[in-house]
Amino acid sequence: MDILVCVKRVPATGGKITLTPDGQEIDTRYASFTISPHEECAVEEALRLTEAHGGTVTVLTLGPAVAADQLRDALAMGAQRAMLLQTDGAEWDPGETARAIVAAIEAQRQAGHAFDLILFGNEAADTGDYQVGIRVAHALNRPVVTGIKGLQIDGNSVTARREAAGGWEIFALTLPAVIAVKEGINLPRYPTVPGRLRAKKAPIEIVPLGAPANHLRKLCLKLPPSTGQKGEVLGSGPEAVDRLVEILGSKGVITA
Amino acid sequence: MILGVVDHDRGTLNPLSLQMLTFGRRLAAQLNVPLHALLIGAGSQPVAAGLAGYGISTLHLATHDRLDEYAPAAWARCVAEAMNRTAPQIVLAAGSERGHEVMAHVAAQTDLPLAANCTEVRPGEPFAVTRQRWGGSLLEDAALHGDVSRGRALSCPLLTVAPHAVPAEEAPDAAEPQVDLFAPTLSESDLQVRVVSRVEPERGKISLADARVVVGGGRGIGSAEGFQVLQEVADLLGGAIGCSRAVTSLGWRPHADQVGQTGTRIAPEVYIACGISGAIQHMVGCKSARCIVAINKDPDAPIMARADYAIIGDVRQALPALRDALARARTHP
Repeated sequence: MDILVCVKRVPATGGKITLTPDGQEIDTRYASFTISPHEECAVEEALRLTEAHGGTVTVLTLGPAVAADQLRDALAMGAQRAMLLQTDGAEWDPGETARAIVAAIEAQRQAGHAFDLILFGNEAADTGDYQVGIRVAHALNRPVVTGIKGLQIDGNSVTARREAAGGWEIFALTLPAVIAVKEGINLPRYPTVPGRLRAKKAPIEIVPLGAPANHLRKLCLKLPPSTGQKGEVLGSGPEAVDRLVEILGSKGVITA
Repeated sequence: MILGVVDHDRGTLNPLSLQMLTFGRRLAAQLNVPLHALLIGAGSQPVAAGLAGYGISTLHLATHDRLDEYAPAAWARCVAEAMNRTAPQIVLAAGSERGHEVMAHVAAQTDLPLAANCTEVRPGEPFAVTRQRWGGSLLEDAALHGDVSRGRALSCPLLTVAPHAVPAEEAPDAAEPQVDLFAPTLSESDLQVRVVSRVEPERGKISLADARVVVGGGRGIGSAEGFQVLQEVADLLGGAIGCSRAVTSLGWRPHADQVGQTGTRIAPEVYIACGISGAIQHMVGCKSARCIVAINKDPDAPIMARADYAIIGDVRQALPALRDALARARTHP
């Protein structure tokens, strides 16, 4: 089973977001970067599926040259092939991102690499557009389901489940298909040291892209207004605990 | 007119749809146009009855034998057909999981831009929105465009409304909406991906998403065993256990307990965050809590700026003390 996993390079946010003075970007001078969380689990899922069923895992990203770092992280986890659709760092909207990915998949198919399964994350942690996987599936005329936290494949039959109202909804699809997964579907493995060494030397296929024709264009970024009010420090000793119990009692949450 | 796509599951309305309709009604008033709503599939009739007070002028009901069970592409086809029938200038849906999924299919089917989780809309030249990034920790002003290269104006922007951007509110002078039933044309391809079975929620179990009290633990708890005292505190408060992403990554708790942008979003009366630093993605998960209590030995932890109350101390001392004090309070109220 040959699987393509599409990932995105995002900043690893900590306790605070700071913007550049022009309000156009997050200030990432001191930030590290990572594969967006849902997608890291997609890479892991692809590895588990090919370990069980055979086949290869190809990982793809659309981004600037440094996004190769995230591809190497996925290679270090065990992915076999990597492709970088290289931009100049400008943002590509979901429609344009999907178009470029579809073009790359079509080029791969013509070169003899057809993908039985294409995995996406449910939404990127930063832009949160919720649509690239569905747009790609539609263009490729493949069935697609999103939000998946459990996947079973038997031959060409896929059973996919996701959370709904405290229980689960179960979908059935046939390959070739597109699936968007959510973190929690698995716990991703740490790359091994030999994995990292192999990844350092692995070739990455680079496809340079032109400028996007975005229909959804960022004008600027801004921080949400802060709530303003300062909290109350109850203290640090046993009297602080007693004070907290009083507060909880007044909110009616201490069960009888 | 403005068309609002209502999210309901076989007759159970998602309350976020009421917020979306409130948002849509205000936008419609601003543009001096009517608000229409679309309901799809089995269970639509009883839901329609509950929407009478929301200022909808026409309710479109898409009915079809094969709309008995949710199928995202088929739902989207109903939206696209409703758009063809009624020529809306804007289509809205709630920023719920189904709202995002259906609207993404609509975007693909109609080749229109979709802006997710909008908090504000400014129709004009260009059509602009404010929308959420990073789960709401950052806002983006964005413009939606038609095919600029072909000189084509934007025919109809697609938007999902961020949860809790506005509270749901009925219109004071709302009239009974007209009803328009239509039978969409659905292909086998539209119906291919559908819910084939369900697992119902466990009875009696407090779900993290619905719990009135959540007691969360972070790296400061120190170990998986350290969560035992958290469970005792949660039990005394009739609450559920939550955890940070660090704890899930360490394997101390299952992902189902994770509170955060890629975990569960909670909205309890009280959230007690123990040994949790308060990373941005974690705060996305708990920002709807009425009251946040932080217990942490670091007075400068990011969570301190977001907590209503704080105890500065090591959770390994504070939690057993809290458990004992709660146990005393129960027996001596």
